[in-house]
Amino acid sequence: MKKWFFFVLALSLLLTSCNAPTTVEGDSPAASSNAYITDMGSDTIVNLALAWAEAYQQVQPDLRISVTGGGSGVGITALINKTADIANASRQITSAEMDAAKKAGLNPQEIVIARDAIAVIVNPNNPVDQLTLEQLSGIYRGEINNWEEVGGDDRPIVRLSRETNSGTHVYFLESVVRLGNSKDTAIFSRDTLLLPSSEGIISEVRDNLNAIGYDGLGYVTSEVKKVAISSLDTPDNYVLPSAATVIDNTYVISRSLYMYTPNVPTGGVKTYIDWILSPPAQQIVQNLGFVPITSP
Amino acid sequence: MSKQQGNLVITGIIKIAGYSSIVFVTLILIFLLREGLPALGSVPISQLFSTIWYPIQGYFGILPLILGTLLVTLVAILIALPFGVCTAVYLSEIAPKWVKAVLKPVIEILAGIPSVVLGFIGILVFVPFIRTFFNLPTGLTGLTGAILLALIAIPTVVSIAEDALNTVPDSYRQAALALGVTRWQTIWGVTLPAAKTGVLTAVMLGVGRALGETMAVMMVTGNAPVMPTRLNSILMPLRTMTATIASEMGEVATGSTHYQVLFFIGIVLFLLSLAINVAASWVSMRQRQRSERILS
Repeated sequence: MKKWFFFVLALSLLLTSCNAPTTVEGDSPAASSNAYITDMGSDTIVNLALAWAEAYQQVQPDLRISVTGGGSGVGITALINKTADIANASRQITSAEMDAAKKAGLNPQEIVIARDAIAVIVNPNNPVDQLTLEQLSGIYRGEINNWEEVGGDDRPIVRLSRETNSGTHVYFLESVVRLGNSKDTAIFSRDTLLLPSSEGIISEVRDNLNAIGYDGLGYVTSEVKKVAISSLDTPDNYVLPSAATVIDNTYVISRSLYMYTPNVPTGGVKTYIDWILSPPAQQIVQNLGFVPITSP
Repeated sequence: MSKQQGNLVITGIIKIAGYSSIVFVTLILIFLLREGLPALGSVPISQLFSTIWYPIQGYFGILPLILGTLLVTLVAILIALPFGVCTAVYLSEIAPKWVKAVLKPVIEILAGIPSVVLGFIGILVFVPFIRTFFNLPTGLTGLTGAILLALIAIPTVVSIAEDALNTVPDSYRQAALALGVTRWQTIWGVTLPAAKTGVLTAVMLGVGRALGETMAVMMVTGNAPVMPTRLNSILMPLRTMTATIASEMGEVATGSTHYQVLFFIGIVLFLLSLAINVAASWVSMRQRQRSERILS
């Protein structure tokens, strides 16, 4: 649903830009060639990217930025196919994607734009408040199938996940299901429900006492309960996800969020990315429930 | 331009329009085959028809997807068949004129409701209902999808079955009534058998409609690629072919193995709906030949 919403939003941004009188800056060809920026990718980042694009209108009224979601893979594919100037990704570019980009004559650049915690969520009436990372892995591997085994009621566990095209899914597979062990080939239990949107996960967890899900901290609403997670090293120290616990590295399921540009950024794209890394833009990061890379 | 030339142009346009659908179907088939058949080279057949679907780690077993689609469609048509045919019988045989004048447009509106909207209703109404009614771990099940598919297929079944019933000559009904049988016996013993071919065609087209539906199914079936092997599999989450293509197509790199396999799934879907259409026309042809024999 969200994809469509943002598609419409991007479209309306585009249409309004048609109405606006176009100002061509003849003296700086680099800037005018980048007067329109296409920013595509991760659904996790899309709200943030939209907020940035909006705020940037105040800074640079001439520049048009169109933001669309679709998933990290979608953004990077668009980057390789040269239909996007910036790809948003909630995971790093894979070596296969890097090879494809090189083959297309590109030299993708990675910029860390924010950090994000992935919150594990359950129904508010579920008595389970905390899990070790190992228990969480066991749940998603399909080894733990009843809430009783992790200190809850005698109820079956219903596992929810984002679809496989989501960067969050890939991150969760590597860092939680496989516990960060790159040699591990375990995959999600096959009866894991793959839902097409963050909203789908939130609404099922809100309604279903059996469900467990995960989502970016910025998307978690108060209708569901966040679970405190302990790391492998300190299994007794359960930590709730928040900006503070991500910055001091005590919350384990956290990751960096990226933007990729096809080549070393120049012109309008460079100015835009420099602005994103500046304190006012990083303040927006915090406002949306993500974690800034530097304290604003 | 003379009258004759004008005539020629118009007939030409009509002819092109007529043949164009053949051209389109052929082109689509060629495209599907070109993109999808290389999958047979990249993935061994034994692996392609295995039971694990997790494409981002190289598991390309499409069997759970095929069975998922078949199971949901079968249950959907088991629901839609009695409902659809009874509605058609009521409309054609029993309903007074004014009821018919109200009911027919309403059913046509049902056909026009976008499947996304039905999906929303499914999430909000059917998912919680199915969970509590059958006391299941989750309401995102094959049955929920089948109910929505039945809603989508019913208008097709009703309008075609009703047309078939309308073509039954009135003399049949009059003859039956003259023999002193009741209205119910007339419908069950005379009218329905006489319209059997049309009713069967209606069911076949309803199956075709359900088979290709994507959005509503993707929203409510949970999309877990499990093998539906047990009798109660319909009460568990499952994943259909259409939902798989829709949710994964955006992410894949053009020409990759995953891309080829998704097109291969497209070929399987194409063949399935082809088989259903052929079966539908075979049924009606055979019937016609038989009745022609009897008449001659």
